[in-house]
Amino acid sequence: AKHTEQHEGRLYNIPLEEVKAVFPHGLPHRFQQQIQTFNEARVMVRKPALELLAYLKGSNFAHPAVRYVIYGERGTGKTMTLCHVVHYCSRQGWLVVHVPDAHLWVKNCKELFQSSYNRDRLDQPLQASVWLKNFKTSNERFLQEIKTQKKYMWGKRESTEEGRPLREVVEQGLARVRSASDAVGVVLRELKQQSHRGSFRLLVAVDGVNALWGQTTLRKEDKSPVSPEELTLVHNLRKMVMNDWNGGAIVTTLSQTGSLFKPSSAYTPQELLGKEGFDTLDPFVPIPVPNYSPREFESCYGYYLERKWLQHEKAHTEDGKAELQFLSGSNPRQLERLAGPL
Amino acid sequence: LRLICTTTAVQRKNVGASGPEKYTEAFIKKQIEEFNLGKRHLANMMGEDPETFTQEDIDRSIAYLFPSGLFDKQARPMMKHPTEVFPEQRKIQWGEDGRPFHFLFYTGKQSYYSLMHETYEKLLNVQKHQDQLIAQDLSPQKEKRNLAGSRWLTKIELEEMLLEKVSDNDYSRFIQLLEKLVALPCAEVEEQYIQKFSKEVPVQSQKVVIEPLQHDERGVAFSTGEGKRKTATATAVVYDNGTGKITVNGIDILHYFPVLQDREQLLFPFQFLGRIGKHDMVCTVSGGGRSAQAGAIRLASAKALRIFVTEKEVEFMRQAGLLTVDPRVKERKKPGQEGPRRKFTWKKR
Repeated sequence: AKHTEQHEGRLYNIPLEEVKAVFPHGLPHRFQQQIQTFNEARVMVRKPALELLAYLKGSNFAHPAVRYVIYGERGTGKTMTLCHVVHYCSRQGWLVVHVPDAHLWVKNCKELFQSSYNRDRLDQPLQASVWLKNFKTSNERFLQEIKTQKKYMWGKRESTEEGRPLREVVEQGLARVRSASDAVGVVLRELKQQSHRGSFRLLVAVDGVNALWGQTTLRKEDKSPVSPEELTLVHNLRKMVMNDWNGGAIVTTLSQTGSLFKPSSAYTPQELLGKEGFDTLDPFVPIPVPNYSPREFESCYGYYLERKWLQHEKAHTEDGKAELQFLSGSNPRQLERLAGPL
Repeated sequence: LRLICTTTAVQRKNVGASGPEKYTEAFIKKQIEEFNLGKRHLANMMGEDPETFTQEDIDRSIAYLFPSGLFDKQARPMMKHPTEVFPEQRKIQWGEDGRPFHFLFYTGKQSYYSLMHETYEKLLNVQKHQDQLIAQDLSPQKEKRNLAGSRWLTKIELEEMLLEKVSDNDYSRFIQLLEKLVALPCAEVEEQYIQKFSKEVPVQSQKVVIEPLQHDERGVAFSTGEGKRKTATATAVVYDNGTGKITVNGIDILHYFPVLQDREQLLFPFQFLGRIGKHDMVCTVSGGGRSAQAGAIRLASAKALRIFVTEKEVEFMRQAGLLTVDPRVKERKKPGQEGPRRKFTWKKR
């Protein structure tokens, strides 16, 4: 289960305890179901991931953080690539800020409060607390080491002094749900400032980054639409994604499935990010993710066969394989859905 | 498809055999005169020569003068000779004194029994002929009739010929007798008599011409096919030496047909022939809905693949139903009902 970078098209195993520790909230739903079924997590090593890992290894951490945008059509494996990179970085000892799906923050929110810190903005306590919880599970040991540099006031009575470990900030946010979004903001700011110094590497991994610049489905009490900047979480995340800090990398994914008000055939960065987002993210390294190459397809098919997932007699033949390839168009999601009932 | 096979005889319940005449001879003669007059009038109207006005010309002119959109050809206006229109009648079988003409009248099925007697007579004739030939020491010729292209009259046709009802048993007896007659070596003597009771089976016509392969500029062989299904038309161009990519109207099939069912329809011809990854296809399709377009492309690709494939496989494809046009279209809504079949809600009061 080491990082076998030269082996394109092969599947590597992640032990289950690590999965729980590193990805409390990151994996796609279907993949989690697959893990439960097969009792192991197998991720395929593909070219885009290898490219990214090569860039990360060779990047100079004195320079501002490089931005990578993973894009591709629906169901080609962008989220999985992101998870692969996150796992690699956590293995290497980086601090990972993993946002599973930024779209969750801009739609279907039940509670919106006015932020105490800044009058104009709106808070989302639920999502913030969920994220804080997951952040805690994934980065336990870092929270002890990193110390705050400023004093923060959480309302009239509570405050966090300088020099206290970040863990206290996180716990404060979890305990006081109202100020959870502010806690998130504090955490992110601290991490940004301290990664300058170089004591640790910071990886910001955001899935569905196009949510940060699109429109939201939320409305204020007077039924006027909310723009993403007015949400605290989004505002803070945007600050993270700006490359004015160094000592790490930013890896993002575009996602059409959760995006609002965009046609289903759009998948290029320009279309999905919109003009604003594109300008903000502007110098970035695009990484396209294509459908399975024949070799990758064969390895995936071989994996299903090995785990006896394909029960149909005809699926074992050459013809069955050709059929599967044709019908799924070598699209990983389609192949998975097809192989399900078989 | 339900076979609706009826002939005029069955429809009319063999009116010719039941009861006294409904149309007198004088009536029929008058009808014939009227028909001829009408024919001449029609010829004059159409500006053609009355002397040489055939039945085909009559049909053509009637279709021109009285156009009708009805689907059933027999429901449209027609002008035919009265003998075709009015069924044949049995004339009264007995004279003024009540004595029947035919000697077998009291058997009930006089024409059937007279036919059997005649046929048996012919049989005896043939046997006598055979004996004569043997007596003269000449070998009897054994030329088999070509039974493959002919069939005997059906029961319904026999009924029409005899103008009386024939039961199943009687019919089978008659056919057995005919077979026995034909089986004898010197049956050519009575060939003429036998031909009255046999019919030609029409040869399987409509051989579809298969075009040869065409070649592209780059030298790749390709073939075209067209298909239709329920208002959708598609044209497919199948290239050889491909990787199995399919493009529809310039869009990949994964994007154009997000539903698995449609893609399965497209896969079917290739899978049947075992050529999934070997051909590329570029198709254009318009009209219809999602399923109809998929069906149309399937038909078009099957037709295009015929050219790459041996004749036996073409026959297999035809039997699998890949080459037949699907005749199902949307059924017409009828008045008094909500849809083609659904009736309005029935209320008791």
